[in-house]
Amino acid sequence: MRLVTAVLKPFKLDDVKAALESFGVAGMTVSEVQGHGRQRGHTEVYRGAEYTVSFVPKVKVEVLVDDADAPDVVGVIAKAAQTGSIGDGKVWSTPVDDVVRVRTGERGVEAL
Amino acid sequence: MDTGNTAWLLASSALVLLMTPGLAFFYGGMVRGKNVLTMLMQNFICIGIVSVVWVLVGYTLAFGRDGFGGHGIAGNFHQFGLAHMQEAVAGYAGPLAQSIPPVVFVAFQLMFAVITPALITGSIADRTKFGAFCVFVTLWSVLVYSLVAHWVFSPEGWLFKRGAEDFAGGTVVHINAGIAGLALAAVIGKRVGWPKEQMKPHNLPFTLLGAGLLWFGWFGFNAGSALGANQLAGYAFVNTNTATAAAMLAWLVVEKLRDGHATTLGAASGAVAGLVAITPAAGFVSPLGSIAIGIIAGVGCSLAVTLKFKFGLDDSLDVVGVHLVGGILGSLAVGLFGTKTIAGLDGVFYGGGWHLFKEQAIAVGAVIVFSGVMSLILGKLIDLTIGLRVSTEDEITGLDQTIHAESAYETAAFAGGGAGSLTNQRTAPSASTVVT
Repeated sequence: MRLVTAVLKPFKLDDVKAALESFGVAGMTVSEVQGHGRQRGHTEVYRGAEYTVSFVPKVKVEVLVDDADAPDVVGVIAKAAQTGSIGDGKVWSTPVDDVVRVRTGERGVEAL
Repeated sequence: MDTGNTAWLLASSALVLLMTPGLAFFYGGMVRGKNVLTMLMQNFICIGIVSVVWVLVGYTLAFGRDGFGGHGIAGNFHQFGLAHMQEAVAGYAGPLAQSIPPVVFVAFQLMFAVITPALITGSIADRTKFGAFCVFVTLWSVLVYSLVAHWVFSPEGWLFKRGAEDFAGGTVVHINAGIAGLALAAVIGKRVGWPKEQMKPHNLPFTLLGAGLLWFGWFGFNAGSALGANQLAGYAFVNTNTATAAAMLAWLVVEKLRDGHATTLGAASGAVAGLVAITPAAGFVSPLGSIAIGIIAGVGCSLAVTLKFKFGLDDSLDVVGVHLVGGILGSLAVGLFGTKTIAGLDGVFYGGGWHLFKEQAIAVGAVIVFSGVMSLILGKLIDLTIGLRVSTEDEITGLDQTIHAESAYETAAFAGGGAGSLTNQRTAPSASTVVT
């Protein structure tokens, strides 16, 4: 099993969600996060004083998938989230040792 | 007694009261989210403290018959606790003098005494002890505000007698509070991390809301200062609105040229700068003069607010740049744009020569020196005795939590108490404790 994590532009969330659902992913976890990559935030001006806002709002999407699906899911997210401009974000996957479905106690792939 | 005049003054008093909560939101939006309740509280407490102090001694020191040797320094204690309200207000003569019951004049002037120390809260935001601030406001409103009000507003005061003109409080309110803010900011020192750390406004919609309430209340402040429902009140009303509009536009033009963007904070700040500058002039200049004053204030104050970085003085929310500078510009502008056709004396541009301008400059200088020195002494005394400033740890944690045991916002669903709370079980008293 693998955990696919994506940090994306907030306005692309709907597109990503739709793409994942049509691929057949059953569930996902979404959180509001802040961060920056190579674009290094932006500047704001208050009464003539410049402030560098280094962390910009992003959404983080997390999906647990079967090993075989992981490369496809990463690709689906990346395709749906792409605008081509700076700050589009990143998608990666990491190995997961164990998963439990809390309601039934099922473990491993059964719990996905 | 004139019922129309009295009704207008009562309504104006209520309008001016609303300015202090308006100011609380204007400032509250500009501080960081961890200190917004502290800022609102510092403003609200001024209504509490000054309302009581004014009835007891503030009013009589400001508007009582001149006492203490008759040099126009302070009123006597004849109206202590609002005694002798059936007697006319000392020094007022002419047809308007008897048209309003003195107790209505007391209420109207109280609201000015309330908002003046509240203005100071902006320069010492995010780091001041609540108790120490309460002590400061109590002492300052008696020893500084009441005296300056006597000098300028009371016909018995020395600056009034010299011929200085201040329609609604350019010197008494704005220069007075502005220089006090400068003095206190110097005594208390800069915030931890300033200016390196980012301390941007946490809620600009609050600031715009506050500016709107201030603008609305200011019609009572300035048009009410005509002390009657008459043509002069009408001029003061129109001049107030015109100067405020012009100042907002001027501030935004400066921003657009200098920084590349017209900002909402700039619109709010420009409006307040215009309100400040037209305050001393509202009933002495023509509507064209008010446009000039608005432009001078909008440009002057928008440039002045960046000076604090050069001097390394953390006047956190620009009390100096807006109220001191705006008050000075407006008070001096009366000496330039004043015209007999509205009221008062002719200024330089209306053939009156430099006489009025000189008196305006003397009043400005006198208030700066007196209020500046007194505020420095009071601030230093409080700092040496009970301490003016919170601990560094409390400052970093945030004053809402450490001073008032509250927080303005729940930033996570589990932080608010209730079934899923992480803090609920640990900090809330159990049901049995509450019963016993």
